[in-house]
Amino acid sequence: MTRAGVVATAVWGAFVLVALVIVIFARYTTDLSAFLPRSPTATQRLLVDQLREGIASRLILIGIEGADPGQRARISMNMGRRLRTDPQFVAVNNGEPVGLDRDRQLLFNHRYLLSEAVNPAHFTAQGLRESIQETLDLLASPAGMLVKSLLPRDPTGEMLQIIDQLGSERQPPTVDGAWASRDGKRALMVVQTRAAGSDTDGQERAIEAVRRAFDAAVAEGGGAAGASLEMSGPGVFSVAARATIKQQVTRLSIVSTLLITLLLLWVYRSFRALVLGLIPVVSGALAGIACVALGFGAVHGITLGFGVTLIGESVDYSIYLFIQSQQRTATLWPTIRLGVLTSIVGFASLLPSAFPGLAQLGLFSISGLVAAALVTRYVLPNLLPPKLHIRDLTPLGVRVAAALQRVRTPRALLLSIPILAAIALYAHRGPVWNPELSALSPVSKADQALDAMLRSDIGAPDVSYLVVVSGPSQESVLHTAEGIAPTLDELVDQGVIAGFESPARYLPSSAAQRARQESLPGAADLKANLEKALDGLPLRLERLGPFLHDVEEARKQSFLTRKELQGTSLATGVDALLLNGGARWSALLPLRVPTTVAIDVSRVHSAIAKVALGEGVEAVVLDVKGEVDRLYSSYLSEVIRLSLAGFAGIVLLLLIFLRSPLRVLRVVAPLVLAVLTVAACLVLMGQQLTLLHLIGMLLIVAVGSNYALFFDRRASEAQAGSAPLTLASLVIANAATVVGFGVLGFSSVPILAALGTTVAPGALLALVFSALLAGDFREPADRSAAPAAA
Amino acid sequence: MNVTDASRPLGWMFAAAPLLACVLLLVTGARYARAADSDLDQLMSALAQRKHGHVTFVEKKYLALLDRPVESSGELLYDAPDRLEKKTLKPKPESLVLEGGTVSAQRGRHHYVLDLKQYPQVIPFIESIRATLAGDRAALEQVFKVDFTGSFDHWTLALVPRDPKLAQTVKEIHIEGGKDVIHSVEIREADGDRSLLTIGADVAQ
Repeated sequence: MTRAGVVATAVWGAFVLVALVIVIFARYTTDLSAFLPRSPTATQRLLVDQLREGIASRLILIGIEGADPGQRARISMNMGRRLRTDPQFVAVNNGEPVGLDRDRQLLFNHRYLLSEAVNPAHFTAQGLRESIQETLDLLASPAGMLVKSLLPRDPTGEMLQIIDQLGSERQPPTVDGAWASRDGKRALMVVQTRAAGSDTDGQERAIEAVRRAFDAAVAEGGGAAGASLEMSGPGVFSVAARATIKQQVTRLSIVSTLLITLLLLWVYRSFRALVLGLIPVVSGALAGIACVALGFGAVHGITLGFGVTLIGESVDYSIYLFIQSQQRTATLWPTIRLGVLTSIVGFASLLPSAFPGLAQLGLFSISGLVAAALVTRYVLPNLLPPKLHIRDLTPLGVRVAAALQRVRTPRALLLSIPILAAIALYAHRGPVWNPELSALSPVSKADQALDAMLRSDIGAPDVSYLVVVSGPSQESVLHTAEGIAPTLDELVDQGVIAGFESPARYLPSSAAQRARQESLPGAADLKANLEKALDGLPLRLERLGPFLHDVEEARKQSFLTRKELQGTSLATGVDALLLNGGARWSALLPLRVPTTVAIDVSRVHSAIAKVALGEGVEAVVLDVKGEVDRLYSSYLSEVIRLSLAGFAGIVLLLLIFLRSPLRVLRVVAPLVLAVLTVAACLVLMGQQLTLLHLIGMLLIVAVGSNYALFFDRRASEAQAGSAPLTLASLVIANAATVVGFGVLGFSSVPILAALGTTVAPGALLALVFSALLAGDFREPADRSAAPAAA
Repeated sequence: MNVTDASRPLGWMFAAAPLLACVLLLVTGARYARAADSDLDQLMSALAQRKHGHVTFVEKKYLALLDRPVESSGELLYDAPDRLEKKTLKPKPESLVLEGGTVSAQRGRHHYVLDLKQYPQVIPFIESIRATLAGDRAALEQVFKVDFTGSFDHWTLALVPRDPKLAQTVKEIHIEGGKDVIHSVEIREADGDRSLLTIGADVAQ
């Protein structure tokens, strides 16, 4: 080893150590923060909070199938008993009237603080007369049975008012004491987890607890034959998605590693070379993770996933080195250097992305490729055994060159490819790009169908539209929520929304409670008013002693706080809709969608905008799915723009280094052709392109630029080394890339399949197009025989 | 959150009781005929001929709490075999429809639908009607003790719930009529309150 080699190796060793330390101590995140723009608007932050921790994200919908209806109901009740004692669950609903008496008691005892009908006019003689007459009318109606027993204590109907306020959500029917689907085929439950939806580990534990409860319930019920458990919900999806991705990545990477290992063993005929070939790859990955950790503070799972695909390019470097080192390497490094620079310019275009996931990917790729190239250049040669006997690939190169020569078509034909592709893309009706994030969803169609079915069976709240009120205190947001309610009521009357919920209905602001309490008259006044009100009505004052007593009590009653709600289902309601994030409080007012039309968000917007808000309080209308898709499609269009800028940067770079527009064209053309062809094929096959396809295209350019540069150098420099060997090294590197990504293409996970189906054919095409555009590829000695062969 | 879940269905159920009684009566005629004396025989087969009815009603509720009865009025519609609608016009318009196993109610802006299957305590009651529709007299008598008095020209049917839970609220249902015309349905509650539904003239089609 040379002195320089020793120094290089030592530097590399130190670098690996430092990088290892950084990698070990780096913070890794898998939550949705990667989707949060770097400088998010308030709405976007709310959106991500909702997706991460909102009520909807914490629901697990459960269906019990098989056995008979009675057994299913018993299993459901048994599970309910077990899950209600499990601190992992905030609420367990299966139709059992658990805690109902307690709820009713609390509402009844605080009816004068809770009822929105309570105001000073309500207790004047006229107000009392109106509400009592209303109650008497109700008494005459079929619902009379309901109010009869309440009349002496609540003649003004506050309890019914509260019940109306809280609204009767659509609930599934009950069979044998537990919820069942309308078709009667399954028992239903809904549980709300304490763990946030983004806490995949917590969700996994909760799902496991549900499963255990089910098994225990079945066992206790004497093994209800054929009973089976179904679960759905955001948490269930993310747990399943993680498991699927993990399992597929494991399986596919074993397959591709095996294939690539076999290929390289066949080429190198040396385990040592095989292992050495991994050194640039591992060094590059370490450098990538370490740089992202230093640059961003945390490494996102998405970055790791995408970044690992870079192995595709960095493994090529050692292949070029090993195969071409058998010849003079003079041309090897300048070419690889330019290839690396090209990739850097390409990926640098991602750095300014507002989507942190992509910015991280850009940094990861740049640092990883630089490290891999440097290690290949300065460290690897020192570690190679003095006599590395790898297979002589000259015959392979010669055969490939001959094959290329045979299939050579007039270059004009190549021009027809972009034209055809452009026509295909232009003629394609419908959008080429899919603007919906769900296009990346790893949830299978069957699971989505199950979710839709359980959701409609249970009537689970669809928390797609929310008014979010945020402010500096609980009181301020509750008070504002109360201020917005009349506006929302108007929207209900206009049919814009079907209804809404508000935490202030469960827990009114102190201001509202005080106002209500202050509108209750003193005993003497109330009695006098009541006497006047009852004149001519069939109800006598003596009957209403309990009413007078209750109102007097209510005048001294302490306000309802969150503490009093503890242990009732009202607490669940409040906790779901009233959030405290540090110094900020948020009240969520989910809007119910009318059955016939979608919510016109702009009308809600403009109505809310007219409401006067308190100091430091904001109210925002949030259309969750729409907002997510907007965010995603803004990333998508931004990345398209950035990629085009990156492409322009690459052209500029090549112009500077190659100093010849013709050569630049020769390098760039095959890449453009390959990308266009792949895009056109995908679109023709009915695929809508996603962000992952775009990243795949960037990889095609990164990997393919090396091929094109080698061919270009061959064509333009006389002393360019052995043509067959260069060609063979490109074929082998290309085969490794095609195998690695081709295997991904078989994945059922859309993000993996998208990468695979883009990069594998794209890399192959890039090589073929580069070769076809490069000119004659045989050794000069063979060229004399060419005319006869052709 | 549904606070009234437990109370509301029972309330509606009892509200629907006179309707149920009418359905019961209108649809059971033929099957009763053979088992009872000749007057009941005659009555039941006469009632069984009716496939459609549309009459007015006045309902008075006598409650211990109130000095005077509260009154409501409207129309009753019946279609064989098991659809009955009570359309109240006064004092507040509202409608209550019993069809199959579902009770739906409309009052003001509110619309309630109750699937009676939801409530196990009322299932026997409803099932008995279904069973009766199918000609199963035994099922009817499982729910009520049925007592016929009077003659075909002027008759009274007394139905007493057998289920102790139901009996805690509804003591007796009294139906009076003459020939094939029902005059009144009276529900006597266990607490002494009662409601009297008097059937008036046919509504012209």
